[in-house]
Amino acid sequence: MTLLPKALLIVAALGLAACNNPDRYKNGNAANGANTGVGTAIDTNGLGDPSNPRSIAYFNQSVGDRVLFPVDQSTLTAEARGVLAGQASWLATNGDYAIIIEGHADEQGTREYNLALGARRAASVQDYLISQGVSAGRMRTISYGKERPIEVCSDEACYSKNRRAVTVLSMGTGA
Amino acid sequence: MSLKSFPCAGHCDPLKSQGQSRPYKSPLKNEAKMTPTKLLTAALMFGLSGFIAAPAQAELTLPPFTEGVIEPMPFAVPDFIDEGGANGLAADIARVVAADLAGTGLFIETPKDAYISRVTSFDAPISYPDWQAINTQALITGAVQAGGDRIVVKFRLFDVTTGQPQGEGLQFAGTPGSWRRMAHKVADAVYSRITGEGPYFDSRVVYVSESGPKNQRQKRLGVMDYDGANVKYLTDSSSIVLAPRFSPSGDRILFTSYASGFPAIYLMDVGSLKTRNLGEVPGTMTFAPRFSPDGNTVVFSLEKGGNSDIYSMDIGSGSMTQLTNAPSIETSPSFSPDGSKIVFESDRSGTQQIYMMGAGGGEGERISNGKGRYSTPVWSPRGDMIAFTKQNEGRFHIGAMLTDGTEERLLTASFLDEGPTWAPNGRVIMFTREGAGAGGQAGLMSVDVSGRNLKTIPTDGPASDPSWSPMLP
Repeated sequence: MTLLPKALLIVAALGLAACNNPDRYKNGNAANGANTGVGTAIDTNGLGDPSNPRSIAYFNQSVGDRVLFPVDQSTLTAEARGVLAGQASWLATNGDYAIIIEGHADEQGTREYNLALGARRAASVQDYLISQGVSAGRMRTISYGKERPIEVCSDEACYSKNRRAVTVLSMGTGA
Repeated sequence: MSLKSFPCAGHCDPLKSQGQSRPYKSPLKNEAKMTPTKLLTAALMFGLSGFIAAPAQAELTLPPFTEGVIEPMPFAVPDFIDEGGANGLAADIARVVAADLAGTGLFIETPKDAYISRVTSFDAPISYPDWQAINTQALITGAVQAGGDRIVVKFRLFDVTTGQPQGEGLQFAGTPGSWRRMAHKVADAVYSRITGEGPYFDSRVVYVSESGPKNQRQKRLGVMDYDGANVKYLTDSSSIVLAPRFSPSGDRILFTSYASGFPAIYLMDVGSLKTRNLGEVPGTMTFAPRFSPDGNTVVFSLEKGGNSDIYSMDIGSGSMTQLTNAPSIETSPSFSPDGSKIVFESDRSGTQQIYMMGAGGGEGERISNGKGRYSTPVWSPRGDMIAFTKQNEGRFHIGAMLTDGTEERLLTASFLDEGPTWAPNGRVIMFTREGAGAGGQAGLMSVDVSGRNLKTIPTDGPASDPSWSPMLP
């Protein structure tokens, strides 16, 4: 913690206030009936220095923040379990971080089914992290279905990257 | 499809006799004795070319809606008569009437420059030979009177071939701002008299207006006339919003929003835009909401621990009932119009398939039988059919089948078609079509339940997830 620059601490504090709203994809400020006043588009990604092994940047890049899934599957592959075991052990020594697990699907499916499929994927990851000793109280899941692909081509090269569960960290409400 | 083709035994009053609605179930079994597949193939192959000769009978109506091939009926709509203060509205209303009718693919407008006769007064006698000479078959005349905060629109329909009025003249009154609605009402009356089908032009569609690239898509709710006019936005783009659904009376909208950060279902009053979260349960996701026919209950999916099941909620009290209980994904519930049954999708068999259960819940019975994955079932407002999305061999289709799963027919095929919604008369389906790749935008399209008349709905940008309102009051 002491290594974190002051600006990051401020961001993290704001992140604490905004931790009810994990939506990294929000756009602009809310100003309509559908918004309950909670979200004001505060991004909690104070990434820190990737060479700092306790930073989010380090987690994302060196531990690996995501696992991929075969088509229409939510079962973890052996490779995915390896990544998640690494995440679990990192999270055990970095207990200050709160965890949102995002589940995503590729575009080869209907919207509502893909929401359900994304939720299944996020739950698979959460269950595995719990089995590896990560406290359930630190984690929440959210599904984006096919709403937030990272790659936009319409072939398997992109689809395989979009069928993912991403472990998103924020400072504040960890164990 | 021509006026000649209606098999009316003996004498039919040309313009009045077509009011009976034809039950849907029979068309596939009678008439040409075509199987649904053949029927659709014929429709796709021949389109509107009128390839099949119409039987030589002399009556004024259209063949059953489900017939594969039609010859559009020529009609004329001279500018309505300005009976005082109407200004440009008299012509504008006639143009909307013409666009509604021609847009069905069942009618074709006779060009104005072919007219021999002028209609100079709403009550002047019609010079039928002048209209017969230019081969039009239906003539619609009208008049507009405007004064203060009120306009009055009246119209008459004439069967040119027999030289008779068809049905009575009608008059609509409203505010000047509702002139398009009055035009739609004129067109609805004409459409219903000639086709025997229920009306659908005077209706609205709520949908998701999209902007931005695929990986940062911004979404907001919009509502528009069925033909894309009069767009109004109901939310901004600050949160992802998905799959809005109109209430049976058109006064409220259910939708899924990420406003709280987590996807949950919301209820909006269309008039005031007042919106409330329908009781978000922490640690769960709620989505895929739809109203019951009486508008008092919402059915939806609730996901907990990765598993989605179908629940119902009494909107007034907020009390919830779990309707399915399975480790598989159960979603996209849709009530039968009588409220007794719910059709939904489940992947319990390993792939998405369509099931039906009683409104009180239960295991349900599978009704989809073909190859591929079936999803997003939506019960027709007529009660006779279920529209769905189908995925097979890398393609998406919009399809429709009878409620027991038989007589399936695919109406469209593309890279990505999904999310059908029914017109109020159960004869036209609107849906989302999205293109492939980074440049592939989503848009709205409609198609007749016969597979004919596939067309793009004009929107002021990319759009998805349409939901058709009931007929406006």
